[in-house]
Amino acid sequence: MSELTLTVMRLGFLAVLWLFVIVAVQVIRSDLFGTRVTQRGSRRDAGRAQQAAARQAPPPQRQQSGGGRRGRNTPTKLVVTEGTLTGTTVALQGQTITLGRAHDSTIVLDDDYASSRHARIYPDRDGQWIVEDLGSTNGTYLDRTRLTTPTPISLGAPIRIGKTVIELRK
Amino acid sequence: MSSTTNPSTQHTSTIGAIGAPSRRNTELALLVFAVVIPVFAYANVGLAINDEMPTGLLSYGIGLGLMAGVGHLAVRKFAPYADPLMLPLATLLNGIGLVAIWRLDQSKRLQAHSTFVEAAPRQLMYSALGVGLFVAVVFFLKDHRVLQRYTYISMAGALVLLLLPLVPGIGHDNFGAKIWIKIPGLGTLQPGEFAKIVLAVFFAGYLMVKRDALALASRRFMGLYLPRGRDLGPIIVVWIISILILVFETDLGTSLLFFGMFVIMLYVATERTSWIVFGLLMSAVGAVGVASFEPHIQTRVQAWLDPMHEFELSRAGVQDGILHSEQAMQALWAFGSGGTLGTGWGQGNSDLIGFAANSDFILATFGEELGLAGVMALLLLYALIVERGVRTSLAARDPFGKLLAIGLSGAFALQVFVVAGGVMGLIPLTGMTMPFLAYGGSSVIANWALIGILLRISDTARRPAPAPATNPDVEMTQVVRP
Repeated sequence: MSELTLTVMRLGFLAVLWLFVIVAVQVIRSDLFGTRVTQRGSRRDAGRAQQAAARQAPPPQRQQSGGGRRGRNTPTKLVVTEGTLTGTTVALQGQTITLGRAHDSTIVLDDDYASSRHARIYPDRDGQWIVEDLGSTNGTYLDRTRLTTPTPISLGAPIRIGKTVIELRK
Repeated sequence: MSSTTNPSTQHTSTIGAIGAPSRRNTELALLVFAVVIPVFAYANVGLAINDEMPTGLLSYGIGLGLMAGVGHLAVRKFAPYADPLMLPLATLLNGIGLVAIWRLDQSKRLQAHSTFVEAAPRQLMYSALGVGLFVAVVFFLKDHRVLQRYTYISMAGALVLLLLPLVPGIGHDNFGAKIWIKIPGLGTLQPGEFAKIVLAVFFAGYLMVKRDALALASRRFMGLYLPRGRDLGPIIVVWIISILILVFETDLGTSLLFFGMFVIMLYVATERTSWIVFGLLMSAVGAVGVASFEPHIQTRVQAWLDPMHEFELSRAGVQDGILHSEQAMQALWAFGSGGTLGTGWGQGNSDLIGFAANSDFILATFGEELGLAGVMALLLLYALIVERGVRTSLAARDPFGKLLAIGLSGAFALQVFVVAGGVMGLIPLTGMTMPFLAYGGSSVIANWALIGILLRISDTARRPAPAPATNPDVEMTQVVRP
């Protein structure tokens, strides 16, 4: 076999081997999963994202909300308005949202006054969002009243857990 | 997915759950790639050595392709959300290893050796057995948490596996290290390779229960959390066992692997850096202590510190009751003559290493024929397997799965480090094998099982939660009106 062919094969093999490594790394890059936290540092980005959200988000959200049973005042996101997590939003897509200090909570509260499984927020069969206190030590407050039973949440009503305040928004 | 932001605050962030796609088709594409590369290498070896396409090309390609296909179908059926990278990476390493073993089979020098046997067909059979075990693990192990029930049985099992080579009659001494057992009619087996997996199960189950006691009850001293005396118990027991392995089986690699795996898992379970410090101190004390009186280990250390001297002693045929080996130096020469791009498949002289050229020293063949570029790529492939293991551990939702995944990938990483470091002269040489690459049935079978368990954990971790459309409490609570 000629020297040239062997040299080409030698370099070709190394190239192919490295190509495999690079493809594998690309797969990893596109394979990030789990909870995605997007930091939006600058205002310009936030503004642009806001515009994009205004243009795109509403129609699919409407379609997802289950056969139009929900009214016009259906909240689409949960926003943390006070506390260390201020500014965090979670899209409401029919899933149960758990709050607490436990690591597997949807919103992990870093708050001395929160219990590990403090409260949860879930939609009932009609799509009405309900907040329920899970037997926490310091209680969950909707407006000023301490919750004792699962209670429907109206848009914009502050839910207070320790130093954290969250509310549902459209 | 969420694209909403809160414009009123400056530092806004969104949290959204991303449904993990199964990515089985990505895996299939990568698997095809991972089969094509070794076939290319195989053709390359044939052309370089015999000037013609090797006759076994088709059967070899089909064999590797079948293994990959069966593995893929099993994953697609029984673990659809498993990690898409581990199977292709393992297949590629296994395939390239087979090519290198076949290439050394073609060497005239090795064929002249009295103990020569064709290793490649056997290794292909072992690989098939390994994939079989992989499929069995994926099929029978529906949930990795089942293993948690066997915590203490695993401990007993691992101890039996580790001690088997010392039992007279079935223990088999192979050139100094007593890590083999002989099964009549079947050949030899390295139980340590399987003990690695069983021990990871025990450590994971044990640490999951004990980690709070180990992590919280501690005093702070000079920036380190010192554990209480009684909490030091387990680490001391594992340390003593690994020292015993070192003394009686004279195998540095196995000993380092088990102790290292325990320290890694202890660190992950407790988040205390002090365990790493203790672990390093204890292994240093143990290794130095044993090396001061065990002749086999002393030879290994000598060959590490001054391989050239050892080479000359061996060439001169010095008979002083110690087995001098020229291999450590030869391996370094092989790496050196490979250079950056290597000599090309089949054109190196790494077969001069002779005995164990296709097992312990197989990395030297890659170093010579693929050069630095090739060895770096191989090490990256190993690193990717370990990375996926760690990623699995991060994604796993149960503490047992987390610890098991980190233990298995840690053991895998340590094994690669111990072998590669030994062959390259970074640490004293040990009698372990490069996972998937090296010739050796136990190693390849055990490592396929290890990949199977990791895939099972990653399938559980990445499986999307069942659709939370309706709240179960709402359905179950019914108001009964009188």
